[in-house]
Formats: sequence, structure tokens, C-alpha cells
Amino acid sequence: MLRKRVIPCLDVTAGRVVKGVQFVDLRDEGDPVELAAKYAAGGADEICFLDITASSDGRATMLDVVRRTARNVFVPLSVGGGVRSVADMRATLRAGADKVVINTAALADPDLIDRCAAEFGRQCVVLAMDAKRRDDAWEVYSHGGRTPTGRDAVTWAAEGAARGAGELLVTSMDRDGTYDGYDLELLRAVKAVVHVPVIASGGAGSIADCVEAFDGADADAVLAASIFHRDEITLTSLKAGLAASGVAVRL
Amino acid sequence: MTRLAVIDHGAGNLVSVARALEQNGAWVDVVTEPASLDGCDGVVLPGVGTTGAAMDRLRTQGLVAALDAWEGPLLGICVGLQLFFDSSDEDDTACLGFIEGRTALLKSAPLLPHIGWNDVELAADPLFAGLGSSTLFYFVHSYAPVPDNPDDAIGWSHYGERFVAAVRRGRRVGVQFHPERSGTAGLAVLANFIAECQRGRRAA
Repeated sequence: MLRKRVIPCLDVTAGRVVKGVQFVDLRDEGDPVELAAKYAAGGADEICFLDITASSDGRATMLDVVRRTARNVFVPLSVGGGVRSVADMRATLRAGADKVVINTAALADPDLIDRCAAEFGRQCVVLAMDAKRRDDAWEVYSHGGRTPTGRDAVTWAAEGAARGAGELLVTSMDRDGTYDGYDLELLRAVKAVVHVPVIASGGAGSIADCVEAFDGADADAVLAASIFHRDEITLTSLKAGLAASGVAVRL
Repeated sequence: MTRLAVIDHGAGNLVSVARALEQNGAWVDVVTEPASLDGCDGVVLPGVGTTGAAMDRLRTQGLVAALDAWEGPLLGICVGLQLFFDSSDEDDTACLGFIEGRTALLKSAPLLPHIGWNDVELAADPLFAGLGSSTLFYFVHSYAPVPDNPDDAIGWSHYGERFVAAVRRGRRVGVQFHPERSGTAGLAVLANFIAECQRGRRAA
């Protein structure tokens, strides 16, 4: 049986892991290579690295982090932040990434999704979106949550999957870093319009939140950062808790 | 030291495959041309992406004939394994034709791509020495092999339907999952392949 996945996310800037609340108030959480190795040993089903500065200097630093991680971490690595072209995607894969996460560049140039999928296959193209609730819908923000785009998250999810994204990483900006639980309504709305795996992101604060993402929104994977960095919930205890609640995970 | 050639035809997982083999003590040459297969103990054909693009590049690099002539141990991973068959339904591509059969879309899958850790039922094969008869491996794919002869299969998984997840024909073995990304179980598969290459060298 295909297992539900648990994915620790490492937001990286200037070679360090940081984490904020609702995309601001960043705090240093440690060395990315060390944290990735610790999470892989602890049972992470994948590791996600997001370069949140995404400047040209930042990209070179990020690829070095990926290269060093790929040397001794043997679970899948998804890497994103600042990927603007097929050439950027190739460089990221060549550094040791298994999947590449695109976000802002795809909003400016949606055909980038098609081009990346045609070149490397849809299975290694992850479309990430940062969505903020507005009335009874969600608006997509670009540039690390700084710029509203006017796009509706659910419509954009459907378009992204149709263009060739093999997976969607859906982050609730409202819930990010709050420990209030995933935005289940957002996840359900996205799941209803796509036939690719959906990764829930933003708001995990407890084992129960993760159970709800799987049971209540049929997420295929949960991504979390704060709870793991601060050792509030270890991967081992989370996976044991998920299994005890009847979620099929890899133990 | 066991010397392995990892074929570079532009596949995305080239780096992780090379690193995982090195982790198991192999000396890895990343190769782009036929002459580089000379003197190695085994060949690994990685692959992520589409079979059409992979075959085009192998042809351009002159590696189709070289792989056909290669008689030592050969390990295909994901798209690398799919290339072993006569053809792929993906892009309607003619492949290497080492094993009769084709690669077909997982039509009954709940979602595609099939991404994540899934159980693989393993036959008693040297590639799986030391592993349990059902072991979790990491998959990322939408197509899977359909060998004409069921005896070519040495591993099976289930996602909407039962599908072949590993094959062997003589010294050519292939896995649909990613051993380079499947933690300790995956590293064990690669170690077993390296051991097979060592045995081949001693026998030669």
C-alpha cells in the first residue's frame, strides 16, 4: 500500500535554516545539512529545502547545501526557491535534488511548468503555491508571500496540474507557523480539482493536525517545519501517532 | 575496488545514484560515451523523465550499441529499467529491446504520478539478498513495465493494480523504484548489485 508521507521542510537563507510565523519574524534553526541528516535518520519520507532568499548568491549557496546533503542523505530531496528556467531546474537536479519546486517564476510564466515537465518529466516538477484566505476563496501570493497575484488558488492548482506539475505543495499563509492546524478547506478545494498528489503545508502544531490533513482532507503528504526544528514533535512520535490513528505510514 | 559506469544521458537522478553507489564502496565513473564502458565491472543506467528523451540521448551518444554489446552486469533504475523493453507507450518510443514487452501507463492508479513509499514483494533473487519478502521502497513514476514473459519479473508492487516493480534477464536487472532514495533497504539493493559485479570480475 502506498504510504502517506511526512516531509520536514527546511527554509534556507544564507546557508542557514530559518523559520518564521506567517512568513515573517525569522529565527535561526540550525545547519541545513545536519538537520536534513537528522530528519532522514529519524524517518523523514522526503526532505524539502526551500531557498527563501532566492538571490543569485543565495542560489549558489543553496546548491552547495543540496550537494553536501545528497552525499549522505538517501531519501528524496525536493528543492526550490528562485528556480526561473529549465536551466535552473537542471542545475538543481544536478546538485542532487530529486524534485524541483517552482513557485514565483511559474506565476509570471506559467508555460515554465510545461517546459520543465517536457524536459524532466512531470514527476519531478512540484508546483508550490502560497495561498491566503480572502472572503470565501484563497488568493495566491508570489515572492515568498510578499506579492498578491490576483490568482485564485484552486484555479491555479488545476491549471498547474494540467500544465504538467506532478505534485502540488499547498501552503496556507494564514496558518504558517501558527500551530493552528492545516487549512483543511483549502486542501479539500484543491484535492477536488486535481488528480496529482497534494502536500499539505502551513499550520501543523500537533499529531492530530496531521491526522486531520490525511483523514479530513485526503492529503497525500504533510509538510511541517516549526514542530520538527524545535523538537516539539519528533518524526518518530509523529509517525507512531499517525499509525495509531490508522494512517498508513512508513515506520 | 569495484568500478561502475553510471550512464549520463541527462537523467535527473544521476547524482543521487552515483553518491549512493559510492556510499557502498564502489568507484563510480560517470560516462557519456561508449569507450568509457571498457574496463568497468558493471554498468548502471539511471533515469528520471521520459523514455523518449532518454532514448534520443542514448542514440546521439552512441550508447545504444554499446549497451547492447555490454555483457556484464547492468542495473536499470526507473526509466533506465523501462528502456530494457521493446517499447514504451509513453511517446510511443522504441526502446533497447533486451526483454520482450513494453512499458504501460498505470491505468488503474488512484492518482498519477505514483509518488511515495510502497511495499514491494520480492522474489528470491541475489539483488534482494538480506531483505524481507515485502520491503518498502520509494517510487516516482506513471508508467511500469509489462514483460511478455512473467518469469522475467522478480518484484511486484500494488497501486490501483498489481504491477511489475523489478525484472531480471540474466545479468540485466532493473528496478522501477529508486534504490538511491529508499534509505537503508535501497542501499542494500545497490550493495547486492555491487557484489554481483565483484563476483563477475572474479569469474572472468
